[in-house]
Amino acid sequence: MRKVSKIVTVVIFIFLYLPMIVLAVASFSKGSDIAVFRGFTFGQYKALFDDHVLLPLLLNSIIVALASSLLSTILGTAAAMGIHRMGKRARRLAMGVTNIPLTNPEIVTGVSLALLFAFIGSMLKIKNVLGLVTLLIAHITFNLPYVILSVMPKLRQMDPNLTEAALDLGCTPIQAFFKVVIHEIMPGIISGALMAFTMSLDDFVISYFVYGPTFVTLPVEIYNYTKKPLHPKIYALFTLLFIVILLIMVLMNVLQAKDDKRRLRNAPIRKKVRQ
Amino acid sequence: MKNRFLAGPYLIWMALFTIIPLVIVLYFALTDSVTGRFTLANIVQMKDYLPIFLRSIWLAAISSVICLILGYPVAWCIAQTGPKTQRFLYMLVMLPMCISFLLRTLAWVAMLEDTGMINTALSYLHIGPLPLIRTNGAVILGMVYNYLPYMIMPLYTVIIKIDPRLVEAAQDLGCDHAQVFGKVTLPLSVPGIVSGITMVFVPAVSTFYISQKLGSSGTTLIGDVIESQFKTAYNPNLGAAMSLVLMILIFICIGLMNRFTGDDDEVMTL
Repeated sequence: MRKVSKIVTVVIFIFLYLPMIVLAVASFSKGSDIAVFRGFTFGQYKALFDDHVLLPLLLNSIIVALASSLLSTILGTAAAMGIHRMGKRARRLAMGVTNIPLTNPEIVTGVSLALLFAFIGSMLKIKNVLGLVTLLIAHITFNLPYVILSVMPKLRQMDPNLTEAALDLGCTPIQAFFKVVIHEIMPGIISGALMAFTMSLDDFVISYFVYGPTFVTLPVEIYNYTKKPLHPKIYALFTLLFIVILLIMVLMNVLQAKDDKRRLRNAPIRKKVRQ
Repeated sequence: MKNRFLAGPYLIWMALFTIIPLVIVLYFALTDSVTGRFTLANIVQMKDYLPIFLRSIWLAAISSVICLILGYPVAWCIAQTGPKTQRFLYMLVMLPMCISFLLRTLAWVAMLEDTGMINTALSYLHIGPLPLIRTNGAVILGMVYNYLPYMIMPLYTVIIKIDPRLVEAAQDLGCDHAQVFGKVTLPLSVPGIVSGITMVFVPAVSTFYISQKLGSSGTTLIGDVIESQFKTAYNPNLGAAMSLVLMILIFICIGLMNRFTGDDDEVMTL
């Protein structure tokens, strides 16, 4: 059984990375057909850096991802602190609301927000209500649950005595938060923010329903492109993006490893303090 | 301390941008597109789309089962390795999800096309060309490929938490490998299985890109119809009615699934 599942695992990993290999190989191909390799070239990468359409769109995506992950991290961390302190009933309700965007199909979230924005637009008599602001609102909305769900466990793990100790030693609640609590839950905040960032950067379905012609992100443009033939420099762009995301992931891993080590080191001391 | 009120802005935000939009969907679903009066016509019209609904559910259900069968051994295998390898392999599972799923699906198109890589390779062996693309099989492949990580992650989270002493106890009491798996490991992984199936089924049943690229007009899914109501056919009322039905369907499925786990107190395995 062990052997069989090992073989399955290897095959599955190959299966998961096969399309990425196809894209990476296509980025070095001279032809424009992804399915046929016509000789090695760096030409697509050169074309990519001379490009004036794709890079601004990537920048748009990064702007939305940065702004929405930052705002949802702040809002979500505050929310997690609040929910953590709630009574059982209120907490259940709040977590229920948090689960709505997670369980709802993306297309329904997208459609519902599109209808809301259309409604607001007709109320305020604005013609083109869709744009950067609507994209940001949508992205913050679907990012928030991820932040909350990664901060909550850290709050639960945290020793509640720490906050009280800080307060006893004369901290105001705000000082206690910035001097003590935030350090304890930082790994959760960081992983929530990174998750929000990557989700937002790659989001297509929801963005597709709430973007406007004034502000287009890269995934939406790729969808519009795929109705026409794709320019191979897109493969070059994504090969580079793959490397960037790989680096972010490795960084996340290292941070997590450090946190685990710290926890292991601190654990015996805390026990002693409690005795 | 009034710490609870920190959640206030969040709850207001969610009310504005999650609850109210859903109410608007309900409103659109129950009104006429021209007169704006209350009507059930949009809901009644659903019956024309019944085959598409059934096809979506069927393909998504098959994909979920395949994901479970393929994902379980992978999750189990990752859980058996050392902590450092575990973290690395887990990252490898998550990584593909961060790359544009549009492009990854397009790469599959390039492989499955009639003149694509697989058929070209087969032609050297004097086989084919096989009809790979524009079939139900291709759509299922696309779903399994895109959502398999969503299955592996919750399964892994649950398997890693199984107390190894339980497995040892079962072995001491005379269970062979298959019995240990059937009586201990598998029952204890049920929460992960439920959460994994939900996480695969929901996006699969509502997808529209995969079926457009890998399927044909014969594999239209409910997501395709909703998308076209908003983007090309401009009948948001019908689209809203479909979204509503889809949402209710999914909540019923999740409700049924959660019965298996019983305890649903904040168990979110991401």
